[in-house]
Amino acid sequence: MFETAVLVETIVKAVIVVAVVAGMAGFATFIERKVLAFMQRRLGPMNVGPYGLLQLAADGIKLFTKEDIVPQNAVKPIFMIAPVIAATTAFVAMAAVPYFPEFTLFGYVIHPIISDINVALLYVMGVASVGIYGPLLAGMSSANKWSLLGAARAVVQMLSFEVVTGLSVLAPIMMIGSLSLIDINDYQSDGLTSWLIWKQPLAFILFAMAGFMETNRAPFDTIEFEAEVVAGYATEYSGMRWGLFFIGEYANMITISVLVSILFMGGYNSLWFIPGAVMMLVKVSFWVFLFLWVRAAWPHIRPDQLMWVCWKVLMPLAVINILITGFVLI
Amino acid sequence: MELKDFKQRNISPGYIFLEGEKAPENGWQAFQKVVKRTLKGELFVGLWIVFREMIRFDIHTIQYPAEKMEMSPRYRAIHRLLRLFESGSERCIGCGLCEKICISNCIRMDTHIDEKSRKMVSEYSINFGRCIFCGYCAEVCPELAIVHGVEYENASEQRAHFGLKEDMLTPLDTFRANEQKEFPGFGALSDNADEAVKQTPLAY
Repeated sequence: MFETAVLVETIVKAVIVVAVVAGMAGFATFIERKVLAFMQRRLGPMNVGPYGLLQLAADGIKLFTKEDIVPQNAVKPIFMIAPVIAATTAFVAMAAVPYFPEFTLFGYVIHPIISDINVALLYVMGVASVGIYGPLLAGMSSANKWSLLGAARAVVQMLSFEVVTGLSVLAPIMMIGSLSLIDINDYQSDGLTSWLIWKQPLAFILFAMAGFMETNRAPFDTIEFEAEVVAGYATEYSGMRWGLFFIGEYANMITISVLVSILFMGGYNSLWFIPGAVMMLVKVSFWVFLFLWVRAAWPHIRPDQLMWVCWKVLMPLAVINILITGFVLI
Repeated sequence: MELKDFKQRNISPGYIFLEGEKAPENGWQAFQKVVKRTLKGELFVGLWIVFREMIRFDIHTIQYPAEKMEMSPRYRAIHRLLRLFESGSERCIGCGLCEKICISNCIRMDTHIDEKSRKMVSEYSINFGRCIFCGYCAEVCPELAIVHGVEYENASEQRAHFGLKEDMLTPLDTFRANEQKEFPGFGALSDNADEAVKQTPLAY
């Protein structure tokens, strides 16, 4: 009886998370266009619905009804499965991420996390690294040189930055002694000064940069940077398959925002009089906004510079950070 | 003149040569450059600039089909042929000056003598495929019959569609509704033309 209840609860949570995050990812595309437009002194979408709000629905209709083209020489099954990998891994990674503090609804305590496993951080990063297969397989199966270049860049860059991500979160983990995101959150429950961003500023910067890289966002989006490789791995995609890549990217953005908030910025602990859930929303919104903001402001980086900065600067810094943390802990 | 003078022809006297940043010569200098750039905060300047533009909300968009750009009255677009205010007949007297002055040879007119032995313009066309919108025709016209309009939305299936007299001439119903503006465009007299013109001294 109890197990059935847990099963039902988990399924309901999973459906809610997928629905809400997919909706947010769709809405984020609208917000992104608006924010970029305002920063460039334009208006952005204005015609569909009040203030362009229904543009989201119009885009959805367009993506779903567009012809789904598979190029002649493409490896068809892989070509067709690649966007699904990209989108699913983005959502699967959310299974171990807590969003809000637990609350009571109709006398029933709800934990807003699908599964509280004690290796949550490892799990999220593992699944996120499986997500590389999306761009990689898409690019390699497309029978297009730009796609192949995009795939090569995806492997080289995302794989390299996995190293930086892993090493940069190692130092906070050493301090906390747990991989569970809930434990990490509880570690920072003593107000503003207990946030890990003050104790691990270097790890925070490294993790933020790696987050930008792994979500494939602006300064580091060389794997689909149109001035160099047309649209990279997504060149041959159309319709909803392309849309899946897009949703995956935005879902990843939300996951990274939640992760940074929990790891370094105090998570869902309440601050002064502000309740935890609101704090979480504020932090995640700020991070999503930062993703858009950076896209409006900063130029792209060259792939060789990117690899240089990854292996010669960020990785040594991460290792030094771990060493220092270790000495301090001892 | 020596050989080296020939080789430096591209440098004019007022030319200031900016060398830019010196390239690092050894590893230590390269390291210094990286650290300097890392700590300089240039990236945050960029972030601040776009954020400032966002909160200023100084939007420059024209929402085009609903809202159109205001063209200057001197803008030289597709021509207009105007009518006389008193009688409503065409102002063009068929003098042929515009045809003559047209540097791209795109104006053609046909004239004949009508039954009242007046010169009439039977055909008038401008080939807009050739027209370069220089404005000479409007400038030279002694009767202010041909002027440049301000319509900048020129779309049609064929360019010949624009060029006929019926398209450029003020339609009679527009004229009767009193909507022909006297000097709307290029080639028109300025508003203070009357003050600018001196009376011809007749006393000599």
